[in-house]
This record gives sequence, structure tokens and C-alpha cells, in this order.
Amino acid sequence: MIQLLNISKRFLDNVVLDGVSLDVQDGETVALLGPSGVGKSVTLKTINGLLKPDSGDVIVDGLHVPKLKRAELQQLRSRIGYVFQYGALFDSDTVAENIRLGITDDQQHRDEAYCRERVKECLRLVNLAPDVADKYPAELSGGMKKRVGIARAIAGKPKYLLYDEPTSGLDPVNADVIDGLVERLRDELGVTSVVVSHDVRGSFRVADRVALLWQAKIRAVGTAEQILASRDSAVQQFLERDLEMSLIQAEGSQGKHGA
Amino acid sequence: MAAVGALDLVRYFGRWGRRPAQHVLGNAGRFTYLLIDMLRGLAEWRVYIPRTLEQATHIGYGSLFIVLLVAGFAGAVTSLQTGYQFTGTLPLYYAGAVISESMILELGPVLTALILAGRIGARYAAELGTMRVTEQIDALESLGRSPITHLLLPRVIAGILVIPALTMFANATGIVVGYLTAKGSLGLTYADFEYGARYFFRPLDLWYSLIKSYCFAGAVTLIPCYIGYNAQQGAEGVGRATTTAVVSASVSILLLDAVITKLLLGVK
Repeated sequence: MIQLLNISKRFLDNVVLDGVSLDVQDGETVALLGPSGVGKSVTLKTINGLLKPDSGDVIVDGLHVPKLKRAELQQLRSRIGYVFQYGALFDSDTVAENIRLGITDDQQHRDEAYCRERVKECLRLVNLAPDVADKYPAELSGGMKKRVGIARAIAGKPKYLLYDEPTSGLDPVNADVIDGLVERLRDELGVTSVVVSHDVRGSFRVADRVALLWQAKIRAVGTAEQILASRDSAVQQFLERDLEMSLIQAEGSQGKHGA
Repeated sequence: MAAVGALDLVRYFGRWGRRPAQHVLGNAGRFTYLLIDMLRGLAEWRVYIPRTLEQATHIGYGSLFIVLLVAGFAGAVTSLQTGYQFTGTLPLYYAGAVISESMILELGPVLTALILAGRIGARYAAELGTMRVTEQIDALESLGRSPITHLLLPRVIAGILVIPALTMFANATGIVVGYLTAKGSLGLTYADFEYGARYFFRPLDLWYSLIKSYCFAGAVTLIPCYIGYNAQQGAEGVGRATTTAVVSASVSILLLDAVITKLLLGVK
């Protein structure tokens, strides 16, 4: 279980999070929605200890993350897969080497045969062909990089998966593929996930519950139906903006097909 | 009004003076923590040794040509200048002493370190800076792995192994090219060159050269690694980190050169 308890974080004079609280139950997928720059990624980074909150507590698997010592934090991180917004793949390593780094158990990591099989298995889980293993990140498309990032995050068989904008920068078709993948991994691996996104439709599709982060605070939490039915002005404003964006995208794609 | 203006000025200059002081102290603190983390990370040799060998091969082979080229030219120019300054006033074998001592004591270690500050230092700062701004370092941490043992220690240890070796090659190349140039331009015989070189040579000279090159290796690797590791704000941040790394490493080399000379050669 992941618990954010009243966390606050500021960078110089900019208050990014102000008393944010959120619970994610075991096996549940929660999408953290919100406009760009609202502190969604910062929230995600406090969960695996990449950033320390200025105040408040983060509890993962019963452990108080901000108070953990380095070795304990490394231990906890081996149970948390993190999918970065732009993949964050290691440029100088092949796809196989990147995924292998995700195998966090030292003994398994040293076992060549196990690693080869695990890399193949992870590539299969993210719908990539085995021959991608020998390519370098520079040879991959944006969607493939995201999928390799997911493969690396699941290679260590984590209990938790944190996705930072898994569909940002992708065209609608590839975004749908990634959303499908997030859904499938939830069902096949049974992981507890937090998905940070500003894509409303994708979030409603993959998440059991959705939380809206608005002006440094959690403004609403609930199922897709509850969020859609919300009378809160911020929620309505955010949903309307997304609807407008969808219409613009739809018109754009119709225009392209028409031409 | 005047009092308010004066107060503003005091505040302005107070802030102006405080910020650089905070900056310097902050960096000193972070640098010290990084060194402590590196010392702690030495126990994880399984992680950094294979990467160290890879880095050492890269920077060693990659830098050999430019280091030897510069050392060769330094030896040749020293030889020509020695001929220009001393011919007719001092015995010819002095040229052997001047060329070999200049290369071993100063030109070999300092020129090699300055070239490598540009070549290796810029590379380290740019690589680590790019990894920082593209979240690759965060990714490594999120996988429960230490960036210190995976990224920094291999680079620093490779530099500390390779740079002194390159310096010794540079010393030898400078002396050989210096001798060949003196032979061609001054008519210096090998016997005279060897006599001069041996006459003024002390074993401490080689140790001094080696100690200097180890200290310079520390500056060429640690400073760029620290600056690149802490790079911020996209491509501009990486560019700034790379420039700062090369300038800081070069200035440190010159400062270390003065301090080591004073300490080891006992120049009063």
C-alpha cells in the first residue's frame, strides 16, 4: 500500500505540493491527473524517495520513505518500478542491457541465462520483437522507447509501478497502445500502480480511481464516474479543456484524412 | 529618503556578498559528500571494476595520439629555444639537461593534464550532465543502483590509472623528439645529450612528475564528474557544466602545480 500523508514540497518560492494526501490500496491503479507543472511528477518522485517532501510522510509497504537510510531505500526501490516520461534509457547500452539493469536481485542479475530469458520475457510483455534487444535507444521510435522503459521497470518483478506521463508526446494510436499495455500489466502482474498523466480518457481507461491535482492540492479523488459527475469547478474546467483538446485532435486527424 | 536608500544599498551589497559565499560553501559541502560517497562505494568493486576497464580503454587509447603529439612539439620547441638561448655561451650538453628536465618536471605533466582537462574533463561533464537532465541518473537510482559506483567511480579510477601513464609516455616522447631536434639543429651527439641529461637528473624528478600527474588526474576527473553530476536545466545547463568543468579543472591544475612545486621541490 502507498500512503501520502499531508506532504508539502517547495522549490525556492514556488510551492509545488501543499498538504497532499492520497492512499493507493494493494493491487489498485490510481491515475494522478492535472495540468502541466502542477507537481504530478514531484509527487511520484516522493513515492520512491527520489525527492524528499519538506513536510508530511510517505509510507510504502509500511516503510516511512523520507526516513529510510540509503541501503533501506535501495532495497525498497528494488520493489518499485519507475517508468520515466521520456524513457530515461541509458544511451550507451543496448535495449537488452537497459532491461537487464532493471533486474534488481543481485544473484539473478549475475546469472547470464536468467537475464537473457527475462529480457525476452519483458520484451514480449511490452509487445516488442526479440530482435529489438540488440538495438540502441537512438535507433528506437518514441513509442518503442516508452515500451522499453516499461520493460526495464518490470524486469525486477516489482510490487509497485509508477508511470510518469507514459503517453505524453505520443500520437493517439501509440498512446492507446501504451494505455492497453498499462491495463494488461495491471491484470497480468497484479501490481499496484500510480499513473501520472494529463490525458483524461487514457486515465479513465487504465485507473480504478482518479485523483485531480490542482494548484498544489488534491482537488478530487474517485472513480471515473464520480469524477465525471463532480460539480467542482476545477474538475469541470479540467475536463472541459481535455474535451476541447480531443475535438481539436479529432478535427486535425479528419483534416489530414480529408486531404 | 537618504536613509532608506542607504539601507537598500547595504541590503544589496549584503546579498551580493552573501550569495557567492553561499555558493562556494554549498559546493564545497556537496563536493565533500560526494568524495565520502565515493570512498564508501569502493567496497562495491564488482560493479565498478568492469566499467573502469572500459573507461580506461576509451580514454587511454583515445587520448594517446593528442598527448604524444603535443609532447613531441613541446620537446622540439624546447630544444630549439635552448639552442637559441645557450649556443655559444654554455656547453652543448646543457641542452640534454634542459630538454629532459623541462619535460619531466613541468611540460610533460602540466601539458598532458591541460589537454586531458579539455578532452576527458569535457567528456565526463557532458556525459554526466546529459544523463542528469535526461533523468538517466534518476533512473539508475530508481532501480536501486548507486550512480556513484555505476558512473562516477569507474570514470575517476580510470582517469587516475591512465593519466599518470599517459604523462610518462608524454615525458619520454618529449625527450626523444627534443633530442632528435637538437641533433638536427644543434648537432648535439647522443653521448652529449645523455651526459647532460644524467648530470642534472635526480630520481626525485621522476617521482615528482608522477606525484604531480596523480594530483592532476584527481583534478581532471573529480571536478568534471562533480560538475556534470550536478548539472541542471536542459541543454543550456549541460553546456554550462561542460565549460565550467574544463575551466575549473584547468585552473585547479595550475594551482596544484604551484603548490606541489613549492611543497616537493622546496623552492624558497
